Amino acid sequence: MDPGLDGDQGLSTAAASPPGTPRRAGLRRGLAAGLHRHAGARLALLLSAPLAWLGVAYLGALAALLVTAFWSTDSFTGELVRTFTWANFQDVLTVDVYRTVALRSLGVAVAVTLIDVVIAFPMAFAMAKLASPRAQRWLVIAVLTPLWASYLVKAYAWRVMLSSDGLLGWGYGLPATIATLAYLWLPYMILPIYAGLERLPNSLLDAAGDLGARGPRTFRTVVWPLTFPAVVAGSVFTFSLSLGDYIAVKIVGGRSQLIGNVVYDNIGAAGNLPFAAAVAAIPVLIMLVYLAAVRRTGALDNL
Amino acid sequence: MNLSRPARLALRLALVLGLGVIYVPLGVVLLNSFNSDRTFAWPPAGFTTRWWGAAWNSAGVRDALWTSVQAGLGATAIALVLGTMAAFAVQRYRFFGRDTVSLLIVLPIALPGIVTGIALNNAFRTILEPFGVGLGLFTVIVGHATFCVVTVHNNVLARLRRMGAGAEEASADLGADTFTTFRLVTFPMMRSALLAGGLLAFALSFDEIIVTTFTAGAGVRTLPIWIFENLFRPNQAPVVNVVAAALIVLSVVPIYLAQRLSGTASTH
Repeated sequence: MDPGLDGDQGLSTAAASPPGTPRRAGLRRGLAAGLHRHAGARLALLLSAPLAWLGVAYLGALAALLVTAFWSTDSFTGELVRTFTWANFQDVLTVDVYRTVALRSLGVAVAVTLIDVVIAFPMAFAMAKLASPRAQRWLVIAVLTPLWASYLVKAYAWRVMLSSDGLLGWGYGLPATIATLAYLWLPYMILPIYAGLERLPNSLLDAAGDLGARGPRTFRTVVWPLTFPAVVAGSVFTFSLSLGDYIAVKIVGGRSQLIGNVVYDNIGAAGNLPFAAAVAAIPVLIMLVYLAAVRRTGALDNL
Repeated sequence: MNLSRPARLALRLALVLGLGVIYVPLGVVLLNSFNSDRTFAWPPAGFTTRWWGAAWNSAGVRDALWTSVQAGLGATAIALVLGTMAAFAVQRYRFFGRDTVSLLIVLPIALPGIVTGIALNNAFRTILEPFGVGLGLFTVIVGHATFCVVTVHNNVLARLRRMGAGAEEASADLGADTFTTFRLVTFPMMRSALLAGGLLAFALSFDEIIVTTFTAGAGVRTLPIWIFENLFRPNQAPVVNVVAAALIVLSVVPIYLAQRLSGTASTH
């Protein structure tokens, strides 16, 4: 490989550094030697910036938001009242409107995920196991391309199609939202399943056939268990993306509301950050439980 | 494979239908951008290129596009640095909490966007406002970089796994120090992975609306925000539709680049 050859040349120029810069070269050398000897220092340096950004700043922001969820706002001045209270969570769990919205969001996320699995699995299977290698390459591109098309553009496309004088003409509402979300996240389901099926050796399918299993049984006992982590990996996307969405609902949902809308409205119009934070904790809790549950399947390595 | 003929046919049909479902809505948008009827009733009433001209001359669209490009470039630059560092740490070292680092990097895209959005909004307002820094392009870039790190990280991680440490050890044996080895051996080997990860990061940032809504100040309008603001205004509908159509056409560019990249990667 070329770079290896170049390496030697780079070395000789480094060794014959111009006499004017001995200190800088020495410093660099010392640093390099120190880094070479101390793996711990190398690791600390590598981790410093990412951890400062994601571990301190981002997690810090999330933690601060969580703390805010236990505060309240003064109903007259709208100022934050920094005293501990469970009131926001109590409201979320006991007020009917919010319970309904939370359950509806969960239902939408589950429906979207199931629809995507049902549509994506046969597509991915046909791509991975029936198409020629050349066709496979093109099919992957065909599935990938819409991912690069803007989220809004796709939601907008469905708004145009679903409008009462559009191509489909279903009108807006919850079914329209589910259809649009399922459409938006479909490639996120196809690609992991396709990758999972591609890793599944054809010889296993042949072996199942040789041992007398027909299609459905091969699917149930061989294909599905081995590609399950891939399906779960896809579902992490479809589930999480659906739970937090409030844009598509606004575009095609008519007057229906999901968790995201409640959070958004409480920040914007009502200016009630503590309550918004408490509502936003619902999808986070659901996702954390979900992620913890699926970590065992090894699905997260497929992301 | 022991699949019956009807089963094969059904699977192929599912694939074709699925691709149809994926592409028909995009085709409708493309077609409607030439639709002379303002309300986009189906089927199209007549052909016109008037809307394309109107969109091209729209100052709002141009400003928003420029803002989006700046935000995307800024976020990608940060993501490239942070993602590469994290990937090296996770792939080359064994340490306590390694799985947690991986989880931490996935977290910003695994959590619903609105949560990241309001958390950052809250943090920016509490921390930056006392210093006189309001929400603006800078905060958008910070917000985008947070969820873009994962794309670079994953690409570099996959590359590091594949290339192993052999070439670097050889370089060290030949006397190159840590920096020289990185510059002449490691970096060239992972260049295409960086490009692919950076491309994904840019696309992710370019398309993002939820975190953007909460991290952009009143004056900052990225392209998605512009589209969303104008989506419900009937008199802007034709221009919005043209912008949508243009974005669909443009989405082919990164795909083409990504294919070229993976092509060069496989020849090495």
